[in-house]
Amino acid sequence: MTDSLVACPECDALHERRELAPGTKARCVRCGAVLYRRSYLELDHQLALVTTAILIYLIANSFPIVDLEIQGRSNSTTLVGSVLALWREGREIVAVLVFATTQLFPLVDLGALFALLLMIRRGRPALAFAPILRFLQALRPWGMIEVFMLGIVVALVKLSNMAEVVPGIALWAFGLLTILLAVILSLDLRSLWRAGERVIVRPRRRFPPKQSAHP
Amino acid sequence: MSATPTTSSSEPRVTTAAQAGLVACPHCHLVCRDTAARDGHGKGRVRCPRCAGRLHPRKVDSLSRTWALLIAAAILYIPANAFPVMQTSTLLSTQSDTILSGILYFWNTGSPELAVLIFTVSILVPLLKLATLSTLAVSIQRGARGRADQRARLYRIIEFVGRWSMLDVFVVALMVGLVHFQGLAVIQAGPGAAAFGAVVVLTMLAAHSFDPRMIWDRARRPRGKRPPKKRLAFGTRHG
Repeated sequence: MTDSLVACPECDALHERRELAPGTKARCVRCGAVLYRRSYLELDHQLALVTTAILIYLIANSFPIVDLEIQGRSNSTTLVGSVLALWREGREIVAVLVFATTQLFPLVDLGALFALLLMIRRGRPALAFAPILRFLQALRPWGMIEVFMLGIVVALVKLSNMAEVVPGIALWAFGLLTILLAVILSLDLRSLWRAGERVIVRPRRRFPPKQSAHP
Repeated sequence: MSATPTTSSSEPRVTTAAQAGLVACPHCHLVCRDTAARDGHGKGRVRCPRCAGRLHPRKVDSLSRTWALLIAAAILYIPANAFPVMQTSTLLSTQSDTILSGILYFWNTGSPELAVLIFTVSILVPLLKLATLSTLAVSIQRGARGRADQRARLYRIIEFVGRWSMLDVFVVALMVGLVHFQGLAVIQAGPGAAAFGAVVVLTMLAAHSFDPRMIWDRARRPRGKRPPKKRLAFGTRHG
């Protein structure tokens, strides 16, 4: 077991780990896949960013996205309202899919990242660190706020033909959240395994310790 | 950029973790010794010394899982496109829209750029994902050795682009939430929407269960001497 080696996640080629300058990434020499990145942001900055994103998330989900007016009657919806409408008319699968990818997963993602960064900051061994980080890595691909943002734009263009569309607070919040999430998702979760080295509670060994494989 | 010094051909010579008797933890990426074979433990019984996750040199049952998910996605692709994803009822008429007719609507009402966008993410991307993943899986089953870099790039593209296919599902969800003016205009989701969402989820799962390292496991080595086994030669490219 050694931390000085990195295996390419896409072609398994071994590389020696080198420290990177902020804002750069290391790529595999054979297949070009990104091995690891280093962000411009220190961990404390990341924590601030995640906190902001959680607050914006709450705003984005508690206010109406748009207000629609047809012949003097108006109608507005929040994201939850859309999900509930789908559920009520019997499209439960779609409702669950939309709820999970645009609300549940992004919130859990942010919450997990927040918890992990706090644990690293506190610097004391935390049993939950490794399970949470593993869970977060598995969850990551399924949060789709940025796709949803594009969906809002398309829906608005479509609706603007038949009704008066008045943008709501949540529309701007979602725009801002998309930008914040783009930054947050570009942070390399793999680097957290190293940053949290002191925090991870290692499993008890079942076998006597082996010598390092590195010659 | 600093590549492996001994290389003269375009493809750098590398040692893989598997060749060195090592395994990268699929969870925390720590490079560990692959003790499964030596200690007589079955695959997946050995755990990572850092994060306690199960160690697998390659994703488990990668090809069978990929095929199963691909076939399921291909079957659902038919109802996803044949059934309406959205039903619009106004005072005068009821209109059902499939994905394709939704695209034609945008094309005819003066937003061709949106029509092209939705056509790409809703029709082209799922089809290309099905085709590309099948081709990659077949190429591995037939033991293809050539053009590994191109196959790897194809995989990376479809993995990146797959999530954007959810666009249409989100558009339908928003329209349903917004347009319910009783007696005037009501929009409802059609049966195609669930099928389409399932296609996107299944193709994403298929891409995740495919292990791109299989492409390289049989890839043709660059000409010249075979690399000495169990010697580690590294390079890291910065960029």
